[in-house]
Amino acid sequence: MPHTRYLVVGASHAGLEAVTAIRHWDAEGSLTVLSREAHRPYSPTILPYVVSGRSRPERVALKDAAWFEARKVDLRCGEEVVSIDTAGAVARTASGTEWRYERLLLATGAAPAVPPVPGLADVRFHVLRTLDDALALRDAGAGATTAVVLGAGLVGLHAAEVLAKAGARVAVVERQAHALPGYLDAPAAGIVEAAFRDRGIALMTGRTVSSVQSRDGRPVSVTLDDGGTLPADLLLVGTGVRPATGFLEGSGIAVGQGILVDDTMRTNIADVWAAGDVAQARAFFGAAPIVNGILPDAVEQGRIAGMAMAGDPALKPYIGGLPINTFPFFGRHAVSVGIAGEDDPSVEIHRRLDARAGLYSRLSLKDGRLIGVCTVGMPIDAGVMWQLISRRVDLAPVKQDFVVAPLDTGRALMSRLWR
Amino acid sequence: MPSYETIAFRAQDCDGCMKCVTACAQAKSGADDPAQSRIQILGAAGKWELALCRQCGDPKCVSNCPSAALAKDAETGVVAWDADRCVDCLLCTVGCAYAGITRDARVGHVSKCDLCDGDPACVKACDRGALTLNTAARIHRRAAEREDLFAPGLAACQGCNSELLIRHTLRHVGPNTVVATPPGCIPGMGTVGYNGRTGTKVPVFHPLLTNTASMLTGIKRYYKRVGRDDVQVLALAGDGGTSDAGFQSLSGAAERDEPMLYICVDNEGYMNTGMQASSATTYGSWTSTTPVGERLQGKSTEAKNLPVVMMTHNCSYVATAATAFLEDFYEKLDKAIEVSKTGMAYLHVFAPCPTGWRFGSDRTTDVCRLAVETNFFALWDYTPDAGLTFTRPTGRPRPVREYLAGIGKYRHLSEGQVAHIQATVERKIAHLRRFERTGA
Repeated sequence: MPHTRYLVVGASHAGLEAVTAIRHWDAEGSLTVLSREAHRPYSPTILPYVVSGRSRPERVALKDAAWFEARKVDLRCGEEVVSIDTAGAVARTASGTEWRYERLLLATGAAPAVPPVPGLADVRFHVLRTLDDALALRDAGAGATTAVVLGAGLVGLHAAEVLAKAGARVAVVERQAHALPGYLDAPAAGIVEAAFRDRGIALMTGRTVSSVQSRDGRPVSVTLDDGGTLPADLLLVGTGVRPATGFLEGSGIAVGQGILVDDTMRTNIADVWAAGDVAQARAFFGAAPIVNGILPDAVEQGRIAGMAMAGDPALKPYIGGLPINTFPFFGRHAVSVGIAGEDDPSVEIHRRLDARAGLYSRLSLKDGRLIGVCTVGMPIDAGVMWQLISRRVDLAPVKQDFVVAPLDTGRALMSRLWR
Repeated sequence: MPSYETIAFRAQDCDGCMKCVTACAQAKSGADDPAQSRIQILGAAGKWELALCRQCGDPKCVSNCPSAALAKDAETGVVAWDADRCVDCLLCTVGCAYAGITRDARVGHVSKCDLCDGDPACVKACDRGALTLNTAARIHRRAAEREDLFAPGLAACQGCNSELLIRHTLRHVGPNTVVATPPGCIPGMGTVGYNGRTGTKVPVFHPLLTNTASMLTGIKRYYKRVGRDDVQVLALAGDGGTSDAGFQSLSGAAERDEPMLYICVDNEGYMNTGMQASSATTYGSWTSTTPVGERLQGKSTEAKNLPVVMMTHNCSYVATAATAFLEDFYEKLDKAIEVSKTGMAYLHVFAPCPTGWRFGSDRTTDVCRLAVETNFFALWDYTPDAGLTFTRPTGRPRPVREYLAGIGKYRHLSEGQVAHIQATVERKIAHLRRFERTGA
């Protein structure tokens, strides 16, 4: 039975960052990475760009073989872990190999959450979570004249833009009242929605799909809850993802919405950690732990998990997941960090909106500290804002300047804080 | 991980002229538009701040990039951006706390500093020294290629710069060396060894406080006599062993211009035996023998200006150095090693002592730098032919008060004492200037 000191399951941002962190402290301990993907490690975030053709699939690998070799990492692609025996400290893969580990990181990510729509199970529909999904969607998109996208989230909208540019007539159905729910506030989402509608994409918010009709296993039309129908020779389900935890059944590892972890990303089992989209961890705002499911947080969690696994004394505990998103659309960008706090009367909100020009900015301050920022079409340093929020920097002395010129004031503040 | 060159920013020297910003915009975009500069100066008069890529050792922008468009170049240390792979998603900007990678709307993607292939336009445009290219990495890389001739685990106090100094020095001087370490911190931290083993990988011995220079004279002459004139002799001595009890043998060796390299590590007192004053202890300093009380307010006399004393002996080479300016130290060390083959080279190195002077152990380099920037400890070198040359400008010193402020042994100083020290600093600089060679 192969034995490894560190076993990292999953080779996207959380897993790779953990590898880096482990090697900062332990240059020699045996380290094995198992990836269920046959492809070299890549980021799910790149997939819409593979569909559009902007990224060539052979060039999306996050790290080359030399990177793993230099770090003495044994990378095994196409090895999916199917069960874990935490008592014996053994992970079993689909190929039947059993890996004995000393410290285990689960960074297995998330899988598409497919809604229970009548007829959907009987048709061939697309999702977009793996490179193979992206290649299939790219090929199908080339021949599609009508496409329906379920869900106006990051994946759904991005794919809708790509399909529309490829020539299809595209409709997007979103259950919530506006696009990118949970990511952007209403005015920002309004600008995004207008951009999509201007380009002929039918954006149907506040609607659900009641059934899908098919012929010969292919989707042909989609019926909405208001009785309307949409033609669809391509159907993409982009209604979100959920942590991939099925393989943990019977392992004794505690799972809520995701794998439950403490502030060092450790699970309820002493030698098992989890990070990234599969993990459910402390929230920065609010008491209940969350599955944050964003790339920068996967990096953060992966680094913390790796440091904890290696016993790095420089480890600082996780401060809690903070929503951070960037959304590129038609060459423009929406950026959101933190929360809006619209339902909290003690939050001071400063908005600037020029709907005609598609420009928007919103700053939310509570007790003299930044809790959230959202912009569309305006420059903003998301990383600086993340620092100001997560460090709870007191902005009271510079508040007037900050509200007028958040970019320059934020940069000056961070420069001073770092010196 | 190797060391890399980096752009350093000294906010207090910046006057907000924006020449760096214009230079960057021109160099990188061929435009005068400051928005296209990859370096930004922000804030207001007197408190200028910088937004610029730090070329982080563990860059978050790289970790956040989903398209592998960013990578840290292992050779140059530059975080490099690949236009072909970039998908303009801005996740890199989420990772950067310095606003060092930002989107340039005019070109439709992020842009960041690439250090201009090692010759940054912004640094060349800065005529105030606020931006400098710190090339100390070259020294560390060179040092890393050579064997560390001290044993690991020397027991210096936390924050002491002597260990840094002696490891660098011996790496540079090389293995064909005999080292003398008279009583003081340097043998005290373990260089002469424990349990019958030395703390060095070269011969080392522990002379008396009084006879370091005469013993090295004898050793060098012996080796010369047996045909081993290539053996380098090196003293690593404190200011007590140099300026007080060791002075007569040192003076004799200097008078004869004996071939040796003598390094005085000056922490202004007997810091390993309980912080007693030496003749190198500066005016106003608290020590256990110059206490602060009703009558005495620290040391009442000036320090002996030993580097100047040595300059007026017959040495072939005399220089001062400080570890906050390692490149300067290395240049002088190179000269000193060369000179010491035929004559005496004396290096006087400033060594702020966190334990004895009472400042935070994380501040040693800051204290060292401030001493130089206030002209409290000027950097110069001297040869009989070329005279004295200042190796760092002394024309625009900071007030000496800034140096004194953070150091516990000066905490009690009255305004009058501070003014006295300021006047002494100015007088000493004026005195040194008289040794500068003037004209062509």
